Amino acid sequence: MDDVTVLVGGKAGDGINSAGTMVAQLLNHLGYSVYLNFDYPSLIRGGHNFTIIRGTAAPKSPGTCGEKADFLLALDQATVEQHNNRLKPDSVLLYTEGLVKANGQAVPVKEILTTEQAPAVMGNSAFIGGFARAAGIDWEIVDLVFRRHIPKGTDQNLRVARSAYDRIATVRPVPRGPNPPRPLLNGNEAVGLGLIRGGLDAYISYPMTPSSGLLHFLAGESERLGLTVVHPENEIAVILMALGFAAAKKRAAVGTSGGGFCLMTEGLSLAGMAELPVVTLMSQRTGPSTGLPTYTGQADLRFVIHAGQGEFPRLVVAPSDASEAIAWSSRALDLAWRCQVPAFILTDKTLSEGTYSIDLPDRDLPVPGGDGMEAVEGPYQRYADTPSGISPPAFAGTAGVIVKVNSYAHDEYGITTEDGEVTAAMTKKRLRKAETLKKNLESYPQVVVSGAPDAATAVLCWGSCGSVCTETGTRLGLRVVRPVVLEPFPKSLLEAALAGATRVIAVEENATAQLAGLAHENGIRVHDTVLRYDGRPFTPEDLALRLRGVI
Amino acid sequence: MTGRDLITPAQNTWCPGCGNFTIQHALKRVLAKREEDGKSLDNVVLVSGIGCHAKIADYLNINSFYSLHGRTIPVATGLKLANPDLTVICCCGDGDCYAEGLDHLIFAAKRNIDITVIVHDNRVYGLTTGQYTPTSPLGFKGRSTPLGTSESPLNPVELMLASGATFVARGYSKKMPQLEGLFQGAIRHRGFAFIDVLQICATFFPVADYYGERVYDLADHDPGDLSAAFWRAREWDYSGEGKIALGQFFLAERPTFDDRVVATPRTAAEREQAVRDILSGRT
Repeated sequence: MDDVTVLVGGKAGDGINSAGTMVAQLLNHLGYSVYLNFDYPSLIRGGHNFTIIRGTAAPKSPGTCGEKADFLLALDQATVEQHNNRLKPDSVLLYTEGLVKANGQAVPVKEILTTEQAPAVMGNSAFIGGFARAAGIDWEIVDLVFRRHIPKGTDQNLRVARSAYDRIATVRPVPRGPNPPRPLLNGNEAVGLGLIRGGLDAYISYPMTPSSGLLHFLAGESERLGLTVVHPENEIAVILMALGFAAAKKRAAVGTSGGGFCLMTEGLSLAGMAELPVVTLMSQRTGPSTGLPTYTGQADLRFVIHAGQGEFPRLVVAPSDASEAIAWSSRALDLAWRCQVPAFILTDKTLSEGTYSIDLPDRDLPVPGGDGMEAVEGPYQRYADTPSGISPPAFAGTAGVIVKVNSYAHDEYGITTEDGEVTAAMTKKRLRKAETLKKNLESYPQVVVSGAPDAATAVLCWGSCGSVCTETGTRLGLRVVRPVVLEPFPKSLLEAALAGATRVIAVEENATAQLAGLAHENGIRVHDTVLRYDGRPFTPEDLALRLRGVI
Repeated sequence: MTGRDLITPAQNTWCPGCGNFTIQHALKRVLAKREEDGKSLDNVVLVSGIGCHAKIADYLNINSFYSLHGRTIPVATGLKLANPDLTVICCCGDGDCYAEGLDHLIFAAKRNIDITVIVHDNRVYGLTTGQYTPTSPLGFKGRSTPLGTSESPLNPVELMLASGATFVARGYSKKMPQLEGLFQGAIRHRGFAFIDVLQICATFFPVADYYGERVYDLADHDPGDLSAAFWRAREWDYSGEGKIALGQFFLAERPTFDDRVVATPRTAAEREQAVRDILSGRT
């Protein structure tokens, strides 16, 4: 067995996500590449939560979970009722003795806690110990994972786990996998580390699911990272503060989801006009409006590409997994500053809150140039009209210069103008930065091809769908083409990646096939679409079924 | 950079008799004095909103950030947190700061961020040609309220006292020397400084006579006494009769947001190590 899926289910407040993380770490240390998806309703207590943890022997995190489970850990009755259909004939079901009625092995959680005089909060350790034994995982791995990941009350937790380990029978042994243990990181944290490696000075955010994890992560690590973290009154203040940071030469990023981004759009347009860099994590959830706050979607691609009044260049990248999120977040911050444009890291709930085995990518940013001030003679022109469109930057506090930043149409000095010629010239100057941005992007893999690269039928997808499409495409013998950069649209690279494909099928988690529309605008024909918009990510099974229906 | 001409060549388009001239002149004198005292203006940034007041960003020859309507304060907060050595001054309008951006004003006071907020309070929208603002008197007849407003004005002085501002003052555009003193004190103050400047709008709300009959100086007032400050602030509700106190209502020293929030930077090597340590903890 080189592909194992574990589902842990219980009530909100049962610590399902932490229990899932422990299972993920056991599989990690057993030699598997891991992906964990946490499904929870928008409430604090009660309701049904579950995590699905999948481990595979492949070198990369699977990034998607199937519909069947090899192990079902039921902390409540709802887990049995709702996930019964995930069981295969040889699946293993462990349940809480006395609390859940099911066919499987009972974990006597209450009895163990009483014997070990342990608090109720340690009940999940019994489940994890029980799971480890049912899966035939060596005790030394259990011991190591508890010591690494449960720093408080380790020994007592281990006694609880051992007690269950000794009572449960091994029914479905999971062999060791080929991979070394690796860091497990969710997509939000990956974006954070990427931004840090890109030189982030400040992170500013108002909480909004599914982006809040980045705020929590960076606030928690702010001291050792040397990062200023601010949670202001609303998203309008968030982006305006970030622009204040940029005007004083500090690299700032912001994070939100669709509703919060609505409030940021006036600030975004200001960033475009004032030529101030800012990076936005835009983590999509199901919309419109409040939508499904804790579920996924890819319906904001058009919104992010077009948001803000007026015309100005921007960078939009949509990584597919946590490793790619680290690499592209560094690049996005670097490119935003190099080209003085706003940049977006477009994710969704699947990536932002999904946990992945990661491999830390090499830091591949070019050496930063000088600050461009050497060339300044005479009065400083913040918006000097240059061939690249990029004006040598100076900042509030730069000695010897006066820097005038302006939201109005302005001349090269940054003084307001209503002159038609100047307005048109400055518009052209700003738009030239898009060309410079494209040149700066050339060294990066903007379009990724996977699956069966020579197949005549191609799947076109973006963002977190990359993982499920790659898996399914490989299985069905389809070419999978995925632009990571969505603006400026990598037209020629996409054409090259699709060369020879006679049939192109767009796979997206939205109802209107937004990437297919962008491709069409760029002269790339998409023949069919497979769309999902119920807030749940595609699974390999349903994607295969639906792709078979259109190929 | 020293000895600069403090006025840019940009053409001034304020109406003759506009109170903005006085505010700009008072600010210019404070800045000139700062230079005379040997302090560079390179570390001074002016942030303006959108409205007649905001043109001051084009006219004063110092670092400036001509921001959006209502959005001076978040930009100023970002600037200050990014570089605590900066002296950050916001020039805002009353529609700008009390309507569109009121949340930012309250939060800046609550945080005690070390910036200065000067509100050009002419109590009417000028640039959009004569609508009521949050400080227009009850019954104000503007282009959006031809029959007169149906809502009472805000009392921004009282609001700022309640919100935790540590420097609260009111000036008047026909009292230049006092205004200059208030600006200087506000800029020197470590913490959030707020000055509501009653400003004459020569075109849409020329109420110099009304002010002239009511204003008086807060000479015998103890600015350390918050209760007394509230009492003085409530003498005039921005609508009816009542005496209009000018000067400093309140002054207190408290820890600032910038002192509390700004992180100690780490070197790139320290950060890369921290990243690796975090990843190790996740393995």
